[in-house]
Amino acid sequence: MRSALTIAAKDLRQRVRDRSIYVIALAAPLGLAAIFGFVFNPISDADFTATFAVANIDQGPLASPLVDGVLGGLAEDGNVNLVHAASAEEATRLVEGDGERADQDVDAAVIIPAEFSARVQTGRPAELRVVQNANSSLASTLALAIVEGYARELDYVQGAVTTLTAFDPARLADAAAIAGLAASTPSPASVRDVSASTKQLDNTTFYGAGLATFFLFFTVQFGVNSLLAERHFGTLNRLLAAPVPRWSIILGKAITSFGLGLVSMLILIVATSFILGADWGNPAGVALLVVAATASAIGVMAMVSALARTSEQGEVFSSIAAVGLGIIGGTFFPINQAGGVLASLRFVTPHAWFLQGLGDLAGGSIGDILPAVAALLAFTAASSGIALALLRRRLNP
Amino acid sequence: MLECRDLRKSFGELAAVDGVSFHIAAGETYGLLGPNGAGKTTSISMAVGLMQRDGGQVLVDGEPLDPGTTRLKAKIGLVPQDLALYPDLTARENLRFFGRLYDMPRARLSRRVDEVLEIIGLSDRANDRADTFSGGMKRRLNIGIGLLHAPRLLVLDEPTVGVDPQSRNAILESIEQLGSEGLAVLYTTHYMEEAERLCDRIGIIDRGQIKAEGTRRELAQILSQHDRVRLSATGPLHEGAEALRRIAGVQQVDVTDGAIDVLVEQAGNSLMAILSALEQSGVSITGVEIDEPNLEAVFLHLTGRSLRD
Ligand SMILES: Nc1ncnc2c1ncn2[C@@H]1O[C@H](COP(=O)(O)OP(=O)(O)OP(=O)(O)O)[C@@H](O)[C@H]1O
Ligand SMILES: [Mg+2]
Repeated sequence: MRSALTIAAKDLRQRVRDRSIYVIALAAPLGLAAIFGFVFNPISDADFTATFAVANIDQGPLASPLVDGVLGGLAEDGNVNLVHAASAEEATRLVEGDGERADQDVDAAVIIPAEFSARVQTGRPAELRVVQNANSSLASTLALAIVEGYARELDYVQGAVTTLTAFDPARLADAAAIAGLAASTPSPASVRDVSASTKQLDNTTFYGAGLATFFLFFTVQFGVNSLLAERHFGTLNRLLAAPVPRWSIILGKAITSFGLGLVSMLILIVATSFILGADWGNPAGVALLVVAATASAIGVMAMVSALARTSEQGEVFSSIAAVGLGIIGGTFFPINQAGGVLASLRFVTPHAWFLQGLGDLAGGSIGDILPAVAALLAFTAASSGIALALLRRRLNP
Repeated sequence: MLECRDLRKSFGELAAVDGVSFHIAAGETYGLLGPNGAGKTTSISMAVGLMQRDGGQVLVDGEPLDPGTTRLKAKIGLVPQDLALYPDLTARENLRFFGRLYDMPRARLSRRVDEVLEIIGLSDRANDRADTFSGGMKRRLNIGIGLLHAPRLLVLDEPTVGVDPQSRNAILESIEQLGSEGLAVLYTTHYMEEAERLCDRIGIIDRGQIKAEGTRRELAQILSQHDRVRLSATGPLHEGAEALRRIAGVQQVDVTDGAIDVLVEQAGNSLMAILSALEQSGVSITGVEIDEPNLEAVFLHLTGRSLRD
């Protein structure tokens, strides 16, 4: 243990001397978080509300799930104000801002044209229209996402209609009934996702946390790859010939990586909170998540690094892994809103679990983050197990 | 102090070390002399417990040393062939770090660091980063790290490669000094002069095997019945050498720049034949020297190879 600490102290001294770590661990994530937070969040969105105009011309069975179910549900939660318009023209006018109700700033209009339900139920092309207000990009994007999500559900239903018709034309009437039923059952999952994430992590916190996680993997890489550097400089031979157990060399590197990761996360959390106004949530919960995320980052990067033969290779492998996992994990943009495969694929990364855990913490209590913490620890166990198996050979030439 | 028995190590098909045995007593300097790729570094890596063995045994003070055992390793100091130091740390920081790994108490470590800096002549550069040092200074720091914890066995792997003659002499002097202070030294080299000057006993190693072992005098005895004839000459030396190889009693012919070295059983009996053979080949002789065989000749005799790269 003493020798592990001696090795870690030496490593930290080397890292402090190497300026690149300040850029990777602190300057880059803080700078980018500030830029992202500013672009997406000019004022504060702590109490985000959007105002949508709805023109339900159709009044059919497939219109009400959207109007009353999805949009009505958001209105009940207090996130959306709904303004009902009698015609498409009125809804459009409201968005353009010269409507009679000047007290309302309408972000987007949702127009359900006449015959919409009938066309969908008989398998003919139908359309839903969204009119976006150019001045409120976030809220109008939300409207588009909601409507697109709903339309996707209908597509699926419409597909079912068409198939049924092809097999048995006589059951056309039944098909319409099935379609109506299917469309009016649960509100689309993607719409629920959007509302959930806007409710849970505000933009500044999301980008602060995302970038901190993204760069965490680069930061711990400095500790992990220092084993390859020892080999490069020949000093690994001295460590192997010294009267220290081999595990203490590994432990030393783990302590270094942990120290670097925790310190950079701590500084980023404090800085984003005070400078950018991010709200990370319950400190104990955040601490638990940060420790678990740092451990998983070390495990994953150690595994990647153990595959490399030289320190140059190690740096290349690490960068590829850190960037790839960071993007898949949704640290740059809320990938869960993309829906589909991408939204589920992100859970193969520790990044997504960390962000998920922060979201759960914001939306609930510390008990809610346990699944995320467990997932992060599972990543740690699996990846460090593989890393140790690979390093065993490396340390016993 | 150190005993290696039948060390073996293969890399794939290649038997890099193929049954190497030797022992070193306290206060003795033992040299492993061999050309590039002979297996010197691989042998000592196993001897200091850095590399896993495929076979064989290492005993330090009679106790078995394995890569996993840590206690015995404190008795050994290693100076690796390739520089092994942290370029971004100062000379003093490099020394202190390795001193801590050897569990040296703080006060003693500080004193010892200053002592070693003095020995390797880097006291005035102690607080400069190693990457600002010249090649020779880095070599000296590399040696200093191995000396730091005052080991009882010092293992040096070609420590003078790439060092200017002056620093080289200083290094050899300090190793001689350490040897006379009772330290056991294992020294590998492919420089004949270094082995002759430093080592009490020498093992000649080639292709992973020790071909002969003994004091300089004992090794020379291998060829004691022989004479070395050195002919300074000009002309078609290689053709001349070819002709000499056909003469009875000639054991070995080696052509160097402007000279032919011939190993013969009896110089007196063969000299006339040698001179006339060379004359017939068109070689003109400018000087003849008859000498005892040196280590170089012994090496060539044993391995059929020259030590020079
Ligand atoms: N890690 C390795 N993998 C594969 N082959 C190796 C390895 N290390 C050494 N060898 C081979 O083993 C043989 C002995 O190498 P070694 O380094 O012991 O020679 P050496 O006597 O120290 O040579 P030199 O004077 O050039 O340092 C060489 O043929 C070398 O190519
Ligand atoms: Mg060597």
